[in-house]
Amino acid sequence: MLPYLLRRSAFLVISLVVAMIVIFVLLRLLPGDPANALLSIDATPEQIAAARAQVGSDQPLLQQFAAWSAQLLSGDLGVSYISTRPVGPEVGARLGVTLPLALLSFVIAVVLALVIGITAAVKADRWYGIVLSGFSQLGVAVPVFWVGVIVVWIFALQLGWLPSGGFPRDDWEDPGDALRSLALPVMTIAIVMSASISRYVRSATIDVLGSDYLRTARAGGAGLGESLLRHGVRNGSVPVIAVLGIELSTTLLGAVVVESVFTLPGLGSMLLTGIEQHDYPNIQGVLVISTLFVLIVGFAADIAQRIIDPRLRTSVSGNR
Amino acid sequence: MSAPPPRETVAEQQIDAAAPVAASRRRGHATLVIGVILTGLVVVTALVSLGWLPYPLSDISGGRLESPNPAHVLGTDRLGRDLLSQLMVGARIALTVGAGAALFAGILGTLVGLATALARPWVDDTLSATLDVVIAFPVLLLAMLVVAVQGASLGSAIFAIGLAMAAVIARLTRILARRVLQEQFVTAARTSGTRLPGIVLRHILPNIAPTLAVALALQFGVAVLAEASLSYLGLGAPPPNASWGRMLQEAQGTVLTAPVGALAPGIAIVVLVLGVNFLADGLREYTDPTRRRAR
Repeated sequence: MLPYLLRRSAFLVISLVVAMIVIFVLLRLLPGDPANALLSIDATPEQIAAARAQVGSDQPLLQQFAAWSAQLLSGDLGVSYISTRPVGPEVGARLGVTLPLALLSFVIAVVLALVIGITAAVKADRWYGIVLSGFSQLGVAVPVFWVGVIVVWIFALQLGWLPSGGFPRDDWEDPGDALRSLALPVMTIAIVMSASISRYVRSATIDVLGSDYLRTARAGGAGLGESLLRHGVRNGSVPVIAVLGIELSTTLLGAVVVESVFTLPGLGSMLLTGIEQHDYPNIQGVLVISTLFVLIVGFAADIAQRIIDPRLRTSVSGNR
Repeated sequence: MSAPPPRETVAEQQIDAAAPVAASRRRGHATLVIGVILTGLVVVTALVSLGWLPYPLSDISGGRLESPNPAHVLGTDRLGRDLLSQLMVGARIALTVGAGAALFAGILGTLVGLATALARPWVDDTLSATLDVVIAFPVLLLAMLVVAVQGASLGSAIFAIGLAMAAVIARLTRILARRVLQEQFVTAARTSGTRLPGIVLRHILPNIAPTLAVALALQFGVAVLAEASLSYLGLGAPPPNASWGRMLQEAQGTVLTAPVGALAPGIAIVVLVLGVNFLADGLREYTDPTRRRAR
């Protein structure tokens, strides 16, 4: 396990560097100078030169990258061109909305997906098993923002139970208020995500149900529930955990669209306005933080799979 | 609960082993048919929209937010434009982006994947690690970045989504190609003097093509969803292109008075993506022998 851990950690660091290069290169391809964000249309050449010196875009690319990396290593995400506020605290504040949104939806979706997926597999011949299978099929085809719009229509506009969007100005000052604002967005993500995870739970359960070890356990007199619990969970969870890792990263980043439906001041809307305003530090800040999140989640998912399935530990190459 | 399964004789086991194949074939056939019907519906709509529309897209002669009526089958939007006409043109955009992105991802991904599979180990490792990082990000996010670079247009939506999906195809191609490379018939071809291009064209590509086709069909669906999301966020093809995503975004504010405007584009997206997924599932039953067991 230790050699794998070392290998995987090295891969984590390399991935981070690669991701930083990708982010940097992609953004430098943006048409126009980053300094333009600071300037009015009728800026004089002196103003342009001053702005370029201020944002550092008069330096060679390699030096810009070096400066940016050094800055990142010291934990500084830079200063927004538009609002001239430091990016780090801004990202932190946005995470206060996006992280609870992502984690709450994820937990609810996983619980739902387990119930749906296992029921759909075990009760495949009952009508509700078939309905649940259909639901999980539908999940990959439904756009998350459409679910959002419908959820708003039903629960906010028709029934008036919950707010249709926005987030309290005082953030988490009143947790009840904040949670109420998050209720519909969480519901939206959870519906779509539980459907797509349940597909994997269902097929993992079907694999387990058809396995020799389960038949042996059943032949030895164990009931279906007992043999599934004792033998099925551990065997079935390996492929599911791989998917969960991907889904969890997708939630954080996929929240962009849902935040837009519910006008939540999260990471996603920060990225979106950053793109609209060509505000490089903001875009980079959001991307670096979400990259970190994505890579760490992937790391954790890989380790978890190896803890659960000892057979994976013996494979020489970790990430193939 | 059901009784434990009875002991089987060898002959019965053989019959049993064959039965799921037939059942799965039949189910594969059924999914294929449903897939063809759903996808075909959208394709036909798009084709019809090329020659005939109930109203021109810029026609704002209808009343605002009319509910469905004989003159406007799906009603009108808040500017008085006919919703059915927009929906029909939207089908065109969705298919264009889906097919364009899948084609682009297919070509680029296959080339990169083959190059990776055939390259020296350290090149392979570097490229694979890069691909893994790219794949870790949702297609939509990468597409947003590319659109930021390129500006919003139909072409950049196709390019952006295709580029993001190419990484997935590249990784799949690499894995499949390496598997074929280890086969004995490749060794045999090599020892008998077949050069690399010959091996790629005659042995690798024909062997990996069916699986790649299924993956591309699935990616087609991903592309349609990504395009809808992009245009929902205002980063898709700009007007006068009618995109399902933007229709939804525009109808969102008036969902209480005119629900059809928000429901119709969503249903259209579901029909197309579901259709394409069924198509891919059905194809897989035919092309991938390992999936022919009971599923």
